[in-house]
Amino acid sequence: MYPFNYHKPETVADAVALFNDADDAMYLSGGMTLIPTMKQRLAAPTDLIDLSGIAEMTGIDVAADKVTVGAFTRHNDVATSGAIGETLPVLAQLAGLIGDNQVRNRGTIGGSLANSDPAADYPAAVIGLGATVHTQERAIAGDEFFQDLFETALQPGEIVTRIEFPVPTRAAYRKFPNPASRYAVVGVLIADFNGAIRVGVTGAGPCAFRASGLEEVLNQNLDPEALEGVEVPDAGFNSDLHASAEYRAHLVKVMARRALNDLLS
Amino acid sequence: MSEAIAEDTGIGAPVRRREDARFITGTGRYTDDLNQPGQVYGVFCRSPHARAKINGVDAEEALGIPGVLGVYTGTEMVADGIGDLPCGWLVKDKAGNDMRSAPHPPLAATQVNYVGEPYALVVADSLQAARQGAESVNAEFEELHAVVELGSATVSEQIYEGIDHNLAYEWALGEEDATRMAFARAAHVTTLELTNNRLIPNAMEPRACLGVHDAATGDYTLYTTSQNPHLERLVLSAFVQVAPEHKLRVVAPDVGGGFGSKIFIYAEETAVIWAAAKVGRPIKWVADRSESFLADAHGRDHITRAELALDEQGRFTGLRVKTTANLGAYLSTFGSSVPTYLYGTLLAGQYKTPNIYVEVQGVYTNTAPVDAYRGAGRPEATYVVERIVEQAARELGKDPADLRRMNMIQPEDFPYETPVALTYDTGNYEASLDKALELIDYAGFEGRRAAAAEQNKRRGIGFACYIEACGLAPSKLAIELGAGVGLYESGEIRMNPTGNVSVFTGSHSHGQGHETTFAQVVSDKLGVPYDDVDIVHGDTGRMEFGLGTYGSRSLAVGGSALIAAAEKIIEKGKKIAAHMMQTTPEQVDFDDGTFSLQDSNQSVTIQEVAFAAYVPADYPEDLEPGLTEKAFYDPNNFTYPAGTHIAEVEVDIETGVVELVNFVAVDDFGHIINPLIVHGQVHGGVAQGAGQALMEHGIYDEYGQLQTGSMMDYCLPRADDLPDFQVDTTVTPCTHNPLGVKGCGEAGAIGSPAAIMNAVTHALGTKDIAMPATPEKVWRAVRGE
Amino acid sequence: MKITLQVNGEPREVDVAENTLLVDVLRVNLGLTGTHVGCDTSQCGACTVHLDGRAVKACTVLAPQADGANVLTIEGIGTPDELHPMQAAFRECHALQCGFCTPGMIMQAIDLVENGDQLDNAAIREGLEGNLCRCTGYHNIVRAIQSVADAG
Repeated sequence: MYPFNYHKPETVADAVALFNDADDAMYLSGGMTLIPTMKQRLAAPTDLIDLSGIAEMTGIDVAADKVTVGAFTRHNDVATSGAIGETLPVLAQLAGLIGDNQVRNRGTIGGSLANSDPAADYPAAVIGLGATVHTQERAIAGDEFFQDLFETALQPGEIVTRIEFPVPTRAAYRKFPNPASRYAVVGVLIADFNGAIRVGVTGAGPCAFRASGLEEVLNQNLDPEALEGVEVPDAGFNSDLHASAEYRAHLVKVMARRALNDLLS
Repeated sequence: MSEAIAEDTGIGAPVRRREDARFITGTGRYTDDLNQPGQVYGVFCRSPHARAKINGVDAEEALGIPGVLGVYTGTEMVADGIGDLPCGWLVKDKAGNDMRSAPHPPLAATQVNYVGEPYALVVADSLQAARQGAESVNAEFEELHAVVELGSATVSEQIYEGIDHNLAYEWALGEEDATRMAFARAAHVTTLELTNNRLIPNAMEPRACLGVHDAATGDYTLYTTSQNPHLERLVLSAFVQVAPEHKLRVVAPDVGGGFGSKIFIYAEETAVIWAAAKVGRPIKWVADRSESFLADAHGRDHITRAELALDEQGRFTGLRVKTTANLGAYLSTFGSSVPTYLYGTLLAGQYKTPNIYVEVQGVYTNTAPVDAYRGAGRPEATYVVERIVEQAARELGKDPADLRRMNMIQPEDFPYETPVALTYDTGNYEASLDKALELIDYAGFEGRRAAAAEQNKRRGIGFACYIEACGLAPSKLAIELGAGVGLYESGEIRMNPTGNVSVFTGSHSHGQGHETTFAQVVSDKLGVPYDDVDIVHGDTGRMEFGLGTYGSRSLAVGGSALIAAAEKIIEKGKKIAAHMMQTTPEQVDFDDGTFSLQDSNQSVTIQEVAFAAYVPADYPEDLEPGLTEKAFYDPNNFTYPAGTHIAEVEVDIETGVVELVNFVAVDDFGHIINPLIVHGQVHGGVAQGAGQALMEHGIYDEYGQLQTGSMMDYCLPRADDLPDFQVDTTVTPCTHNPLGVKGCGEAGAIGSPAAIMNAVTHALGTKDIAMPATPEKVWRAVRGE
Repeated sequence: MKITLQVNGEPREVDVAENTLLVDVLRVNLGLTGTHVGCDTSQCGACTVHLDGRAVKACTVLAPQADGANVLTIEGIGTPDELHPMQAAFRECHALQCGFCTPGMIMQAIDLVENGDQLDNAAIREGLEGNLCRCTGYHNIVRAIQSVADAG
């Protein structure tokens, strides 16, 4: 790992100021991606700004129609939150499928979203639930947040502070894990908001996206059988050692059907 | 020996391991846990290209980095007279010519031949500086076309001058003409094309070493992650000539798994011990996992076409096998022997096939060297035999268990000479098959299959009735066949004056539990309390010689050496006891730690005898004091563990995911010293075999870049990928070693890939699917692609 | 920079570079070599320790992130004479062979039993997804953890 200056601010404002003062700063949240990347000498920030000391970025707030999760909330805190489990169980379940226990004890929702790994789980929730991503400056609609491979709507220095998830009538998430890394080869979250269906897909493309074709069909007929005839085009899908684009497209359909079965049961 | 000892710690008892005390408390001492005063750190510069000329290595920038003490290159090693890394087994081709060895310098000097090959060592006073130094070494490479694909390697560009068609050898075994005749007369012929996937061993402890040179005495000490420290010393002295043998001590402390990958003499420890003298400081090097992926010897990697001839009743009349084996860029320490003598000789399996002929092309490619990995040749042989036998049963509409049974060598046929150079001493193959069928509930399979179908899953069952040759090896035979060293083992037993026992073995434990089992053996044989026996291993400075641990040889060969040494102790003890009891040695019996005078109630204990041997006040005049004996045991045959493995899988036909749902292993390892440890060995072997069948695959792209270079992409089995295993044993004692033992370290990895793939193809109704049966491949097979 | 932390109940202070990993603080600065490094991509789990009561991979925590924290390592849970029940179960069930993954495996297993309810075979296997063992095939590790979970 290359040397860097380490900072641990206590407010978002201080963090941003530190970021702006440094040559090439990076924010450090849970570090589950950034630290291995730095170990492999593939990232070399001059300054590392640790967000763990910022109280305003922590905490879970559960209302009847909305669950708000501080960006520094660790995956296991979401997975084991009784309040989230009761109001938005799909989010707790999804968080419990990320990485492994040790990773869930460190990794944070804000870090995961800001990184926009194409195979991360949380983006499926942001898209599928139509969440709003808050930063120190603005609120970004979930649909606008993920832009490309490891690219988000965040501007340099912008920090994800909290995420608001609307509470659907019901929802379900299915994941086909990469057998080696346990990231999602494909993950599909289906949410039913009083009959309006949203489908968030992760793993398949360069970044998480709404499967509008599936939504269209399911909005007409919320039935697993309705998915049978649907074509999931694989244009632009990821293709690697573990899964071709064609196979990923097939998995989107299978995971969607299984999620729908869960949702309906 | 008291009854209590016999129950708790004797041969056959599931003694809890004594080595665990340190491992479960974090006080084990692995190579990276050791440090030396003044220690500095080494980092290797590795080739980014699969094949390239080195036009120059410029170290100037690196040497300017604060903390960097030296940059050592292949050119300097050559100038210092450091030799190439040798291959320890000279295979002759079918025309009788020596195999063609590519020169293998420890650090590449003029050309690199695989991605990750080291060409320079940077030494610095901190790891950080060494890493930065390694990044700052500027090598000028001229890229050359890389030969990567095994199937076309013999018709690709020639990698080495003088090695036509990139062929190290074309080797053959068996009677070609007789086999051809058998096929001409066959009622049925089954043909199968198979691949045996490249595996990357991944012992959990990465390789590491710490090289120390004492300029005042000229002594070198190398702490390293080795399965065989004496062999390491021998090669570094005799062949590489880093240091004279009497001035080089090699210590293998606690070693975190090996599975073959730590047998070999690698570039890294060679360069480190050499450079330690040049820099005048102890140098530590510890591999990153990424380096392990690139530069540990890989395993398997065969392409095979096999044909089985059967008569009208279904009796096997001939087996013809043609294999192309990937040797990688260089012949690693035993790389040449794995796809030949450890493979072709096992193609008879458990069957009375009268005619067998095998041809093997050993091929160079621009990939990491390939050498022994758990099973080493025997899993590959079992895969061929057991896959084709299963396929034949399907083609003939016979029950696969029945077809095997009717072809099996029967107990009365032993000793049985196979057409491929081995003589099996003993076995009862049907006994293992019967027990395995019972454990898996073979009769209930169709019911389980129907239940799975209701869940939209296809269930399949597959068999493997394997045999292996272990206890490597009778030295004379091995040397005749090309081995560069004998394959005996040494043992030494020192009865200390106070009556306890220090035991030294040339065998080496890197997880096998020798400190426990060997103590059980010696305690039992000498009748001394188990807790009074200490096992010492892994240090050329403490024991005379040894060949180490591989090929499931430790107990069969190393344990037998200890029995031989113990017999010498007893023999000398009888002379001392006779003197103490005023009689002749012929009148003295030994049993359970006590020397007793025949037809009397007079006796002395072995502890009293030991004391007398060291305080020889009243002592036989013609006898040396002391009670220390050593023995070298050279086996006079291989041992032949065998058994039946049965796998059941369920295939999710929508996703292609294969779940291993049931696995039974019934093995005949001969007598068992510690069933707890034996079962553990089988569990671990089966997990690695399941990894090979379903998950693991070392993949290079067309340019020779390793695509599966980390645990993110190379899939190692995790706990939730595997079921509980059902493990049992049958016993036919080995006829030619004093313990009647055969070896259990590799069996799990030998039988399981064939059993699992037979189950997968059974479930899918396909002839073959190339290992590993990963979800997308299986999904495509389900779709009939 | 100076880092203060509680390690196995003892206050410790080390002076390390910012880019030092927690695992190196433990192994190099404090000589606690029971915590092992088996990979460089946070997969193997051999470096698992408890950080403020939670199992984490010490190879993926920077030393400054652990400033002020409470760290528990394999050396802090029991001694050969007074083993932690999980250590005793690993020995009893032959849940280790080469021992290299064992400290991390035990630390994760303790976290699993402390935080999991109704640990059956499948739950234990799932709970070990962050820890690789190449020797045992996990069979006996699962048995060992089950025995501790069952004993309450």
